[in-house]
Amino acid sequence: MAVQAAVRPAVRAVPHRRPAPARMVLQGFLIAMCAVWLFPLLWAVYEALRPIGDTTLHGYVSLPHQGLGLGNFSSAWTNAELPRFYLNTLLVAVPGVLVTLLVASMLAFAISQFNWKFNILVLMIFTAGNLLPPQVIIIPLYWVYLNTPLPVLSDNGLLYDQYVGVILIHIVFQMGFATFVLSNYMKTITKEITESALVDGANVLRIWWDVILPLCRPALAAMATLLFTFIYNDFFWALILMKSGNKRPIVSALNNLQGEFFINYNLLAAGALLAAVPSLLVFIAFQKHFVRGLTLGATKG
Amino acid sequence: MAETTTSSDPAPAEKTAGAAAFVLRRRRRRYSLLNRHDKLILALMVGVPLAFDLALIWGPTLASVVFSFTNWDGIGALAANNFVGLRNYATLVGSYIFFRPALVHNLIWLGFLALVATPIGMFFAVLLDREVRGTRIYQSIFYLPVVLPLVVVGFIWELQYGATGGFINNAFGLVKNHHIIDWLGDSSVNLLAAVVAASWRHVGYVMVLYLAGLKSVDPTLREAAKVDGADERQTFFRVVFPVMAPINVIIVVITTIESLRAFDIAYIINHGKNGLELLSTLIVNNSISEASLVGFGSAVAVVLLVISLVPIVTFLVNVNRRERA
Repeated sequence: MAVQAAVRPAVRAVPHRRPAPARMVLQGFLIAMCAVWLFPLLWAVYEALRPIGDTTLHGYVSLPHQGLGLGNFSSAWTNAELPRFYLNTLLVAVPGVLVTLLVASMLAFAISQFNWKFNILVLMIFTAGNLLPPQVIIIPLYWVYLNTPLPVLSDNGLLYDQYVGVILIHIVFQMGFATFVLSNYMKTITKEITESALVDGANVLRIWWDVILPLCRPALAAMATLLFTFIYNDFFWALILMKSGNKRPIVSALNNLQGEFFINYNLLAAGALLAAVPSLLVFIAFQKHFVRGLTLGATKG
Repeated sequence: MAETTTSSDPAPAEKTAGAAAFVLRRRRRRYSLLNRHDKLILALMVGVPLAFDLALIWGPTLASVVFSFTNWDGIGALAANNFVGLRNYATLVGSYIFFRPALVHNLIWLGFLALVATPIGMFFAVLLDREVRGTRIYQSIFYLPVVLPLVVVGFIWELQYGATGGFINNAFGLVKNHHIIDWLGDSSVNLLAAVVAASWRHVGYVMVLYLAGLKSVDPTLREAAKVDGADERQTFFRVVFPVMAPINVIIVVITTIESLRAFDIAYIINHGKNGLELLSTLIVNNSISEASLVGFGSAVAVVLLVISLVPIVTFLVNVNRRERA
C-alpha cells in the first residue's frame, strides 16, 4: 500500500487532458447515477419524516401538506422498544469484535511470523470456513446449540437462545476472514523483528502484544470497523439461534416489527432507518478504514 | 508441527559452502530461540481457534452430509434405521416441487449479479479511477448501500415496491389506473425485484474492490500503452484488464458466493416463498422454522455445499498460488 501511495502522485502530475464536452458528459452521467443510487434512501427518509395521515390523505407520491416531523421516529423508538434492541446488539457486537480481533491476531501472528509445516493448510481451513454459506451448516449447528449444556452465562443452561451462543458463532465464523486479512498484513512485517525480540529474551506472548500488534494498528482499525459492520448487520445467526424476540439484536428484531408496521410504511421507514443509523455512523466516521478493510482482503498487503 | 525454514532450496548460484553453512546455522539458531513455553503458547494460539473452527463449522458441514442420508427429525438419537440411503436426493429431484425452482432462482440471482450488477460496479470503478472532480463524493454515494444491513436494504426497497403504498406504482400512475403490479407478491416479478435490491448493494461492493485493483496497476503500463498509440478502451481491455486477473478472480468468487448466500432479502419479503424460493430458504423452512425434516433439509444443504465448493476451491487455488509466488 505504501508503495502504491508513493506512486500515485506521479499519475496525478500528468492528468489526462480530456476535452471539456467529454468531461461534462462524464460528470453529468455520474451525477445522474448518484441520484439514482441515493433515491431509495432519500425516499425512505421522506416517508419516515411524513405523518401517516398526510400520506393517506394526499397519496404516497405528493408534497407534504402538514409539514414534516420526527413523529414516526419517536413512535418507532418507543413502540418498538428500539433502545432495548440497540443494547442487545451492543451486547453481541462489542465482545464479538474484540474477541475476534484478539484470536485472529494471535492466529495470524503464529502462522505469519513462524514457518510451520502446516501454515497454509491452517489458513485455508479458516478461510474456506468463512466462505461457506451459513445455511450449509445451520441444521447441525442448531442441533448442537439445542443440545450443548452451558452452566455459566446462560439463563436456560443451553447454548441456544443466549447472547454467548450468538457471540460464539460470530467469532468462529468471522475469525476466518480476520485471520486471512491480518496474516496478509503481518507477512509484510519482516520476521527479523520477531527473531531479534526472541534473542532479547522476550516470550511469544509479549512479542505478539508489544511488538506485532502495535505495528498492525492500521489493519486492526480496518478490521474492527469491518467486523463491527458485519456483526451489526447480521440477520441470520440471531434469527435461528435465538428464540426470544426480546433478546434479539436490532437487525434480527426488525423482522418481528414488520408484522406490526406492514401497512404503516411511514413507521416502517422510520424503524428501518433508525436501525441503519449505527452502520451509517460507523461508515461516515471510519470510511477510510472500512474501505481499506475490504480491499486488504482482496489485494495483498 | 515441526519448525522448518522455507529457504531449503537456495538458487544454484548461492550453493556455495558458505551459504549452506549460513542456512544451517540460522536454522539451528532459530530452533533454540523458541523454548518449550513459547512453543506451547504458539500451539495454543493456533490449536484452540482451530478446535472451535472444526467443532462449529467443519463438524456441522460433515454432519450435514451424514444427516442427508437419513430421515431423522432431530429428536432423540440418530439410529441405524434412520438411514435411508439416497432417498432424500431422489425426492429432491423427483417429487419435491420447490427444489428445481429454488435452484433456478439461485442461478438467476447469480446471473443477474454477474452479468448486470458486477459489470456496472466495474464500470463505475473505471470511470472513478480517472481524474474526475468530486470522485470521493461519488465513491461514497455508490458504496453507501454496502454498509447497510441487508434487512434494511430490503425494507428500503419495500417502500419502492409496495403494491399500493410503494413509490413505483404510485409514481407511474399504476395505482390510479388500477393496474397495480404487486412487485413483491407476484411470483413472476418478485425475484427480479429482490435481486435489483441486492444489486443496489452489490454494485458498490464490486466498485470498491475494483477501484483498489485499478489503483494497484503499475501506471507505467498505461503510459507505455499510450506511447504505443493505444486509446483508452484498448488500454483498458488489452493492458489493464489482463494484469488485474487476480482481482477479477476474487470478484467472480465474491459474486458467486453472495448469490449462493442470498437469504435475508428473500426471507424478510415473504420467508422465501411464492417465487422467492432459494436453496438457503428451503433449508431453513424445511428443517428449522416450519418443519423439522432434518434429513431432507440437509440434502438441500449438501446441494448448496457442493455448488459452493466451486467458488471456494477457486479462491483457495488462487490464494495458494499467490502464497507460493
